[in-house]
Amino acid sequence: MQLHSLAFDVSHTLAGGLVLISFLMLYQDRLYSLLNVFALHALVLALSVAWQAFVQNAPHLYVTAVIALVFKAIIIPVALHRIVQRLGIHRDIESAVGIGPTMLAGMGLVALSMVLMLRVTPEADPLAREDLAFALSVVLLGLLVMVTRRNAVSQVVGFMSLENGLVLAATGAKGMPLVVEISVAFSILIAFIVIGIFLFRIRERFDSVDVSTLDDFRGERR
Amino acid sequence: MMSAVALQMSCVAALLAAAALAIVLSRSRNAAGVVYGMTMTISVVATAAAMNWLIRGAPETSALVLPVGLPWLGAHFRLDNLASFFLVVVNFGGAAASLYGLGYGHHETEPHRVLPFFPAFLAGMNLVILADDAFSFLLCWEFMSLASWALVLAHHREPGNATAGYVYLVMASFGTLALLLAFGLLAGPAGDYGFAAIRAAQHAPGAVGLVLILMLLGAGSKAGLVPLHVWLPLAHPAAPSHVSALMSGVMTKVAIYGFIRVIFDLLGQPAWWMSVIVLFLGAVTAMMGILYAMMEQDLKRLLAYSTIENVGVIFVGLGLALGFQANGMRLAAALALTAALFHVLNHSLFKSLLFFGAGAVLTSTGERNMDKLGGLIHRMPKTSFAALVGCVAISALPPFNGFVSEWLMFQAVLQSPDLPQWALKIMVPAVGAALALAAALAAACFVKAYGVTFLGRPRSAPADAAGEVDRYSLAAMFVLAGLCLFTGILPGLVIDALSPVCIDILGGRMPIQVNEAWLSIVPIADSRSSYNGLLVMVFITICASSAAFFIHRFASRALRRGPAWGCGFSDPVPAAQYSGESFAQPIRRVFGTLAFHARDHVEMPPPGDVRPARLRIELHDLIWERGYRPIAGAVAFSAGWLNRLQFLTIRRYLSLVFATLVTLLLVLAIWS
Repeated sequence: MQLHSLAFDVSHTLAGGLVLISFLMLYQDRLYSLLNVFALHALVLALSVAWQAFVQNAPHLYVTAVIALVFKAIIIPVALHRIVQRLGIHRDIESAVGIGPTMLAGMGLVALSMVLMLRVTPEADPLAREDLAFALSVVLLGLLVMVTRRNAVSQVVGFMSLENGLVLAATGAKGMPLVVEISVAFSILIAFIVIGIFLFRIRERFDSVDVSTLDDFRGERR
Repeated sequence: MMSAVALQMSCVAALLAAAALAIVLSRSRNAAGVVYGMTMTISVVATAAAMNWLIRGAPETSALVLPVGLPWLGAHFRLDNLASFFLVVVNFGGAAASLYGLGYGHHETEPHRVLPFFPAFLAGMNLVILADDAFSFLLCWEFMSLASWALVLAHHREPGNATAGYVYLVMASFGTLALLLAFGLLAGPAGDYGFAAIRAAQHAPGAVGLVLILMLLGAGSKAGLVPLHVWLPLAHPAAPSHVSALMSGVMTKVAIYGFIRVIFDLLGQPAWWMSVIVLFLGAVTAMMGILYAMMEQDLKRLLAYSTIENVGVIFVGLGLALGFQANGMRLAAALALTAALFHVLNHSLFKSLLFFGAGAVLTSTGERNMDKLGGLIHRMPKTSFAALVGCVAISALPPFNGFVSEWLMFQAVLQSPDLPQWALKIMVPAVGAALALAAALAAACFVKAYGVTFLGRPRSAPADAAGEVDRYSLAAMFVLAGLCLFTGILPGLVIDALSPVCIDILGGRMPIQVNEAWLSIVPIADSRSSYNGLLVMVFITICASSAAFFIHRFASRALRRGPAWGCGFSDPVPAAQYSGESFAQPIRRVFGTLAFHARDHVEMPPPGDVRPARLRIELHDLIWERGYRPIAGAVAFSAGWLNRLQFLTIRRYLSLVFATLVTLLLVLAIWS
């Protein structure tokens, strides 16, 4: 009973930490610090998944945790760092919406996902329930990051953090097969590669990775 | 020995083969002769086979399942008495149109746009009638619609035809959607789309009401029920004339077949309130159709509007049959249904004849506007004679066939006092009065059409230079004119041939007519009413010949030429003759203000100006302006508004996705 309560508290803390770091991400207006926060996001995710592996006594989740740690906390942030360096765009992020409204919207989204999840799943396992509520918050906050940024790199980061939320939700539910997990990780990696190539192509063509130049190219109003 | 339905299906296959052959041949010079010759032969065979089946009047049916279509369903086809009657109508119309096409087709400028679709259109109509499951029915229905659509667009470069094709396509899709929903309701949750299963099932009253409304929308839009008729006066005249004849004379009948098949055959015992809706729509359609026709100056459009009137008359007959059947009055129901089916046959005969006449005028003068025609009776005497027969028949004058079916219709109306429901007791005579009004207006309308087009002096140079048309066209017209007279003086044969249909779908029939003395027809009993077309014809012939003899013998022995009294206005310009618009003016004054918001404007030049004064007539198509234009405007407005969504930035698209997601989550949070 004691252990169960501890398990609950720790996973709760880690998942809550993930939501908090999503808020940090919303707040960042520089690319390097955004990437650092994203690395932290992935690290906390890895910890959370590892804890779930321990609690649920499911060794394959350790593999998931390692994948999250290696790919998302190390390889992708480092690669994005180098891209930003090579593109020379370590300037301010041109966020489309001000910080204040974004944070308020983020809080609204978290409240929404809490209300929704706690109301929709009253008879589920409390651990999974809270986990799902946090995961939904992370997904929504990731989408919010994508929507409020103009820079392609920060949109990629938003997308990756969204995927972190999905992994959190998947590991909170018992019995997710490893194959699914690995395929998700690989698809993310491939998405990352494709997006990276696109970034360079956009840059070659327009001397900028601001997606608004694409719209200007299409000759449209904004 | 091939079963009857297999014989009909092989005729359909032969028609499709003719369509394929037409694609190959269409650019060669003799293509029209070959294709129309083939379709005529096939149609004659199919008519003969169907007529043989109908006259035998056997209670059994002939069915065939083909392993095509939906894998678990197959394609069911079945021949029964109702189907064989409509096959006679369709294939006879097809044969007449093919005969006419043998001559008319040579004037076609782009035969490759007509020849392949003509046999396909005939095949489609045959298939709709033979279909015995909802899937085949809808598929064949769409095939028929699309083939006719291609024919409407045969002359797509002429002004207005592209619009006509577009409106037709929209209305046809709408109609098929309604039919699809109707069959979905009929099949029920079990989803058995075979007609046999639908016939056997019990249908809830709510579903029956919905099916009736959907069938009125689906079959009604194809048949031309007001207010779903808008495509018909655009599309029917746009096609080549022999196709117009098929569309007006035959395709509307296929729609009526669909209505009868579902409402009378598949739904089972009707409820009395169903007849109220059908009667009301039929009466409105009959009156509005003929008022529109009265206002029209374009010969083919006038005929198309008159088709709407006749469809209204047929629907009144069907409504009466529903009302009588719901109250168990088998004899009266059989009388009303016989009248409706008889009118189906009659209308297919005289409307094809009139469209052929209009086509002959069109080839000979290049003109459809009757205010540019006139005097054709001297230049095209044979065509004029055949068209006169058609006009007399459609005006429901004895001894021709139009009179018989309308007379039977009124006999059915006169049975209404026996109905138990007060609503029907009051409504049926009112509908009968509307029908009488429509019949009188139809007579006026065709006096106008015939008088302005064929009588008087030519109003334009092409009308002056017109000559008689080819012998194939004349042959087609005279065959139809002869049949109009034949069914008019021997209606008993038709009534007896229709009795197996009535027995099949109503369980009752009219008394046998062939045994009556002197070829009379007696719908109910000798003491109530009877009609003898032959005697009427003999009487009319004797009276008219003796009157003509006496006048020519005693009153005007010598031909005298003198100045005509010109109402104090002796301008010899042919344009000063009585025109179609002048003829329609009294009726426009009476009904036009209400029905069309008609206004006459006289534009007087100021004193000293020598310009002539002008009379301008302002007419509004209220159904189009109040019903369709707002819908079209709303669709255009919302489409224009939604169009903005097409050119957003990537971030805006993401925001849309995001907003949708959050909204859905909110909905879930609030309502769960």
